[in-house]
Amino acid sequence: MKIHMTSVFVDDQAVAHRFYTEVLGFVTKYDVPIGEDRWLTVVSADDPDGTQLLLEPSSHPAARAYKDALVADGIPATQFAVDDVQAEYDRLIALGVRFTQPPTEMGPVTTAVFDDTCGNLIQIATVPDM
Amino acid sequence: MLAYYDAMADVFKALADPTRRLILDELAERNEQTLFEICGRLTTRHSLSLTRQAISQHLEILEEAGLVRTRREGRYKFHSIDTTPLEPIMSRWLRRTTTKEKGVSE
Repeated sequence: MKIHMTSVFVDDQAVAHRFYTEVLGFVTKYDVPIGEDRWLTVVSADDPDGTQLLLEPSSHPAARAYKDALVADGIPATQFAVDDVQAEYDRLIALGVRFTQPPTEMGPVTTAVFDDTCGNLIQIATVPDM
Repeated sequence: MLAYYDAMADVFKALADPTRRLILDELAERNEQTLFEICGRLTTRHSLSLTRQAISQHLEILEEAGLVRTRREGRYKFHSIDTTPLEPIMSRWLRRTTTKEKGVSE
């Protein structure tokens, strides 16, 4: 068994699509209309056959409560790996991204947490080679 | 006066716990932390295996003593250290001693 997809609940798929591609730099894998919504996935630019991230509509009432509770306590919905958290932080700050936690050493891992503008906090991490 | 003593009792009670002192140490390093960040710092830097709920309760005690302030910004909630409740300790013992010593040396 292999994890080929994970998802985040986004408030607005169009806003999410723009943020995850234009700001974060992911590329669109699938964008298929399904009723009022879209089957919308993105992948890493340098790993187009890798794990897909599904930008899933958070229209279910429970999704909203779940997201709000996580955000209030600063808990990220998911984590992305980057080569250098500080460099990525500087890049995203310049693009106007709001961070709830600047780069911080957490034991062997450096992490930072930002707002994806779609109702989620996202953690970026640089994990040292084990 | 009674209110003053009660407030001081809360401060000393809050400071009596080592986990709560660590929380203040971490906030002194940088203010405006989410609960998630505080939990992460205690876990990864101090090897504490406390539940989020337990840390949240420690923060409530610190907040009741006035040593931690929370600020809501939109949907986020940030925690900061407030050393104001420690001022009476300065004026009650430390500053008094310092003044006397100064008086002698001057």
